[in-house]
Amino acid sequence: MNARGLGSQLKDSIPVTELSASGPFESHDLLRKGLPCVKNELLPSHPLELSEKNFHLNQDKMNFSTLRNIQGLFAPLKLQMEFKAVQQVQRLPFLPSSNLSLDILRGNDETIGFEDILNDPSQSELMGEPHLMVEYKLGLL
Amino acid sequence: MTGASHALRKGESEREKRQTGQEGCLTENLALAFLPRRWSHVDPQPLDHPAHLEMLKPAFELRRGFSFENCQRNASLERVLPGLRIPQAHKTGTTIAGLVFRDGVILGADTRATNDSVVIDKSCEKIHFIAPKIYCCGAGVAADAEMTTRMAASNMELHSLSTGREPRVATVTRVIRQTLFRYRGHVGASLIVGGVDLTGPQLYSVHPHGSYSRLPFTALGSGQDAALAVLEDRFQPNMKLEAAQELLVEAITAGILGDLGSGGSVDACVIMGTGAKLLRTLSSPTKPIERPNQYRFAPGTTAVLSQTVKPLTLELLEETVQAMEVE
Repeated sequence: MNARGLGSQLKDSIPVTELSASGPFESHDLLRKGLPCVKNELLPSHPLELSEKNFHLNQDKMNFSTLRNIQGLFAPLKLQMEFKAVQQVQRLPFLPSSNLSLDILRGNDETIGFEDILNDPSQSELMGEPHLMVEYKLGLL
Repeated sequence: MTGASHALRKGESEREKRQTGQEGCLTENLALAFLPRRWSHVDPQPLDHPAHLEMLKPAFELRRGFSFENCQRNASLERVLPGLRIPQAHKTGTTIAGLVFRDGVILGADTRATNDSVVIDKSCEKIHFIAPKIYCCGAGVAADAEMTTRMAASNMELHSLSTGREPRVATVTRVIRQTLFRYRGHVGASLIVGGVDLTGPQLYSVHPHGSYSRLPFTALGSGQDAALAVLEDRFQPNMKLEAAQELLVEAITAGILGDLGSGGSVDACVIMGTGAKLLRTLSSPTKPIERPNQYRFAPGTTAVLSQTVKPLTLELLEETVQAMEVE
């Protein structure tokens, strides 16, 4: 991940096209992004954007490496195994999953932060197309 | 979408599939899987219809927490329209102070909230509750200070329920400064945290980037110089409650009189081992202006040039009578 450029760190691993008009602004959302500019796609639009996107990943990395140094290799391996096991329990892909066990394992059931108050995915106005998403998940697409 | 870019996307996504092994990567067809559907039904169209490609939504909409979608738009708006005034966050322009005395901690604040040079609120509350014996004064951006203290209060309540112990002031300080450091000072809240726990009375000042100091007396905000001058001059360790309260009121008053961003009256909060007492409007160093004249005008002061009366024709549609019990 570190070998790639900043532009790929900005976008998620899902390359999607955005809302577009026709003509010279095709596949560029003029209302949301303004006039097309290469700098906007390469550089983050806010100094905190990248650090917030990777915050939980970096925190996990730090915690696991500390744990490995203190308690040996098995401790982080076992914890990561538990995390992966618990992430298998999900609802259908277009519905928001509560991830209760994952929250308990991470300790997020006893804390409250901005990710609980702002942009709650269960209150999102948009939803993926159910049939297509389930077909993709089952590999039928 | 041209063939070349199509191939690039397919290649890129397959490489990512191999590298990440997640289901989150897409080929072009799979991008359609995240086609958004509004709740009003849209007729399904064949998969290769160009309208589908136009309606895809970026995946980061579903992320929790802060969203940075509009930053690029705001930046380009500022560039394109030079006369545009972006709405600013309200800063409090404050004087807050605290000091440790013999039996506990006393915190004080003024009550003015400003937006640039206009006073928005003449009596806003700057002393926030965190725990029964821990209070926090907030300066800086008003919304940031308010949300940070409320989240700290909720987290401390959850934490004390989970540990079964009373919350400590050092824990509150640590939670606050870890949150502030995570946002690298963009959450502009300067806080004075004071309280009494089993280790005794403590006072901490926390700055927007996450640094803190533990001090016997401190002041923050735009009026901190005036307040600190008074505190530095007359502070003694182990003062009695009355002397400490008087000194604090004088410090905040110095800030109110000497700083344009502070005003209103003085609020204080006395926290001792037995509990906390919030003293609202303890002292008002400035009286409101006496208006010299009456602003009521006798009818006829303004000449009436013409008058038109237009009766409204109303039709009685429904009449309900509800008996009131007079007892």
